[in-house]
Amino acid sequence: MSLPILQVDQLQAGYETPVVGPLSFHVNQGDVIGIAGPNGTGKSTLLKAVANGVHIFAGEIRKRADLNVAWMDQHPVQLPEMPFSGWEYLRFTEADRAPPEFLARWLDQRVDALSGGQYQLLCLWSVLGGHADLLLLDEPTNNLDQHSARVIEDTLKADQGSRAVLVVSHERGFLERVAHRVLEVDS
Amino acid sequence: MDILLDPLFRIPFFVGLFVSIVLPAAGTLLRLREEWLAALGLAHLAGASGLVGLAANVPAVLGAPLGAVVGALIKAFGNFRGNTVYALMILAGWAITLLVASNSSLGSVMGHALFEGQLYFAGMVHLSAAICLVVLAALVLPRCMSKLIRARLQPTFEIANAVPAWRWHLSFDLLAALGIAVGAGTLGLMGAFALAFVPPWVAFRAARTWRQCLWISIGVGLLSYTAAFVVALLFDQPFGPVLVATLLVFGGLILAAGTRIRVFE
Repeated sequence: MSLPILQVDQLQAGYETPVVGPLSFHVNQGDVIGIAGPNGTGKSTLLKAVANGVHIFAGEIRKRADLNVAWMDQHPVQLPEMPFSGWEYLRFTEADRAPPEFLARWLDQRVDALSGGQYQLLCLWSVLGGHADLLLLDEPTNNLDQHSARVIEDTLKADQGSRAVLVVSHERGFLERVAHRVLEVDS
Repeated sequence: MDILLDPLFRIPFFVGLFVSIVLPAAGTLLRLREEWLAALGLAHLAGASGLVGLAANVPAVLGAPLGAVVGALIKAFGNFRGNTVYALMILAGWAITLLVASNSSLGSVMGHALFEGQLYFAGMVHLSAAICLVVLAALVLPRCMSKLIRARLQPTFEIANAVPAWRWHLSFDLLAALGIAVGAGTLGLMGAFALAFVPPWVAFRAARTWRQCLWISIGVGLLSYTAAFVVALLFDQPFGPVLVATLLVFGGLILAAGTRIRVFE
């Protein structure tokens, strides 16, 4: 059996003070792990801790040495001016897997002319369409209509191959449909 | 019209032409990083150190880069983000420039020249600096551009993978600083700033893709520079102000034309 690509032991992480933990879990290749819990319990902070984005107060996070991580924040960067077509956006973020057909239809447009939902989907595909070993998705279904959310669901339910996914969502049903197991985070 | 073909002005023309390729391209990335004030901050520091150099008989095109490079290093290693550090550079550069100008024998004349631009006095030193700048840009931009763009669109990538991103951020900061410095030492302080600011401003509004954005930016810079060179020579006007005015007129016309086209689409 192969070693986990991510091992979290007794982790306590946060900003000025710990927000989440102590928590322990591991992630293997191909795993899709949901992270659930009430608001303010540190679900997003847990993803940020894995992505080197917050202070670790106690415990440790061990990653496979060559692990390539892609992290989609809850609020993706939206610049006041973005003179990029959608295709260029995906090229610059190195997402070279073919996008879903309904997303491909918008990709000739300038990114800052897309609606909130279209932009969310583009950012999501910039992570899903790349070649990272571990995907960190924070509330990926925000602003998405049912059809788009279903496409994302299908993508996550499909065989992830050698990569793994950690996904935070406040939608319990979504997590139960896409994740192999759900990690409960509470205060 | 004969004056335009005078060999005396060939070197100055090519010096400005080379700078007019690099500054709009660098300015496009500065605007993407919302650091367009960098051009003015670095130009002020370059102007101040260029003036200190002139007072010590060092050509402005050699003295100016020192201040700009120091500015870029302060920005890179001081972990500053956004425009605050550039506003401080403007204030420091302005104060130093005026104090040096007031306290050196030819200071006010030199200060005036630095603000207006000394393009018509450009010689082989300036041409060498401009060629070095173009070569440096040709080396740095193709290697760094996609990384800098990704850092802007998806900053989480560098953080999550602990990428040693300082290398390309610093490389670009230094290129921008040198570009502004060579520009300030030849086209004048405001001319250099305008070349890094106006073409990208127009391009960001007019372009549909990043590739178009770069080409529009460089095109507006080159076209405005060439027109300004001709107008300033024919009408015996100071180059810096003519360049700034030309950039504003071309920029305004392009944006107005773009608006009309959208209205009729």
